[in-house]
Amino acid sequence: MVLDRQQIPATSAAAPASRLAPRARRRRRAGWAPAAFLAPFGTAFIAFFLLPIGYAIYQSLLRVHVSGLGLGPGSSTTQFAGLANYAQVFTDPAFVAGVARVLLFGVVQIPVMLIFATILALLLDSVTVRFRRFFRLAFFLPYGIPGVIAAILWSFLYLPGLSPVVAALQHAGFGTVSFLGTNTALWSIANIVTWEYTGYNMLIIYAALQAIPADLYEAGRLDGATEWKIATRIKLPMVTGALVLTAVFSIIGTLQLFSEPQVLRAITSNISSTYTPNLLAYTQAFTANNPNYAAAIAVVLAVGTFILSFGFLRLVQRRGMAA
Amino acid sequence: MAATARRTAAARPSRPGRPGSPPVTRSGILGTAFLFVCAAYFLLPAWWLVVSSTKGPSTLYSSEGFWFSQLHFVSNLTGLLGYDGGIYWRWLVNTLLYAGAGAVCATLLAAMAGYALAKYDFRGRQLVFSVILGGVLIPGTALALPLYLLLSKVSLTNTYWAVFLPSIVSPFGVYLARVYAAIAIPDEIIEAGRIDGASEGRIFRTVVLRLMSPALVTMFLFQFVAIWNNFFLPLVMLSNTRLYPVTLGLYTWNNQYGQAPQLVSYVVIGSLISVIPLVIAFLSLQRFWRSGLAAGSVRL
Repeated sequence: MVLDRQQIPATSAAAPASRLAPRARRRRRAGWAPAAFLAPFGTAFIAFFLLPIGYAIYQSLLRVHVSGLGLGPGSSTTQFAGLANYAQVFTDPAFVAGVARVLLFGVVQIPVMLIFATILALLLDSVTVRFRRFFRLAFFLPYGIPGVIAAILWSFLYLPGLSPVVAALQHAGFGTVSFLGTNTALWSIANIVTWEYTGYNMLIIYAALQAIPADLYEAGRLDGATEWKIATRIKLPMVTGALVLTAVFSIIGTLQLFSEPQVLRAITSNISSTYTPNLLAYTQAFTANNPNYAAAIAVVLAVGTFILSFGFLRLVQRRGMAA
Repeated sequence: MAATARRTAAARPSRPGRPGSPPVTRSGILGTAFLFVCAAYFLLPAWWLVVSSTKGPSTLYSSEGFWFSQLHFVSNLTGLLGYDGGIYWRWLVNTLLYAGAGAVCATLLAAMAGYALAKYDFRGRQLVFSVILGGVLIPGTALALPLYLLLSKVSLTNTYWAVFLPSIVSPFGVYLARVYAAIAIPDEIIEAGRIDGASEGRIFRTVVLRLMSPALVTMFLFQFVAIWNNFFLPLVMLSNTRLYPVTLGLYTWNNQYGQAPQLVSYVVIGSLISVIPLVIAFLSLQRFWRSGLAAGSVRL
């Protein structure tokens, strides 16, 4: 190894010329190097990111036309259909209902989860609370369990006959509580998502809290601020960047909701095959055998997710809230 | 516990005002009590999984869910590992290949790209970075169907590659690598390497990768979780059960236990065994999550 950690300062001190014009030198020396470093990722990004999106857009503009009884070769032809599939997406009652459902889900679940995560992070950051290390580990544990397995696990806890929770509520005189009824299923899914991701979001906020210099609190205390005021006036404004990050990730995740409802479908008929937009796209592609329509749904969903999360970022940045 | 608190305080010299062990106050006791209730919410489902994995098919339904009954752990385990010609093992190995090898490749590609974006001036740099950042906002789930349509066109569906190749692309990893490289790699070190006659590739291998190693761990963890959590992609791509990752396998069993009741026990113990190594790795590597997340959110 030519470069050793100890050698580095000596070498750079011996070459002051390089520090006089680092920018010019860097530009002159760049040449092929950045292209070579970018090439492997770039190739994969184009092949497995941009190309599929492009191909899905292309497919979404086509339609299969079946002539006659649809039997024999040549009876179905693929034709250019313009935006017909998109027109169908936006007027499809199943799609509209699915979007409304995930939006309702997001409007309730995301604030609840983020407020919960913020409270936990603030408590863990406060000096007076004990066993902080244990709590941090306990709250973060669900994030180590993949979504499908978490959903399977909770499906057992929702299932009457198997679930100790249902049994305990029955003992307490609540009767047989149905976690998978027409009105409760969505909130049972919300509970799974909250269980999984609160600890992760807490950790993001906690990391931001830990980065605040202690002098700020000292200054606040000298001015006679209470712990509550320090939390709301100093800590919360300092972690808005982290909160924005968690909110964007949550919005993306909510619009893409798929595994949790798909797993719960095994034990309840109250979650339909078109429950969320992603479930609808899946059903259209594999059950209804209509990949062109599924492609249109996927494109609308990807663009919608992008616009919503990007729009949210822009909104908070314009208001100057993000750090 | 007091020792832990002291160690934490000592490890954070930036907060000299903090006392060694927490003072006992009423708000402190109330806060701690509240946190215990929350901990119960997060831990009880996992506890149920541990308890249930030890129960036989009959006691699973009849006994108190949160406590042990007759111990059948070993018979559950041998049943799980032997079922369907030991396919559970195969699923574990597949998962390791998809998530482990996939995340290693993704981390390496992202580190190279992020370093190039942070440390070289070239035309179109900002544009390239903007396109990749846009990719962060498009999650894996949204890409699964488009990928399926494309890969079925070239007959790559229902192969290892169909799940592995899309997993090596991590736009968020590039973002983290760029942020970290900009902070952690001084221009002087790169210059010194050049003056010593090292090639750009050698500088990257010997100096840059080493300086970026904390970020590399974070990027690896993120991508590992992203692959392991992406259930939609293997679901649409794979029909051969021998190619399944463990998540898809357990999901299939979970849908079948109407026909084969013993599968409930296998799903329970199979879930437990598949998450144990991960949970341990996660909890012990927690500081890498925090450092990576802090870097990400500070720059947002």
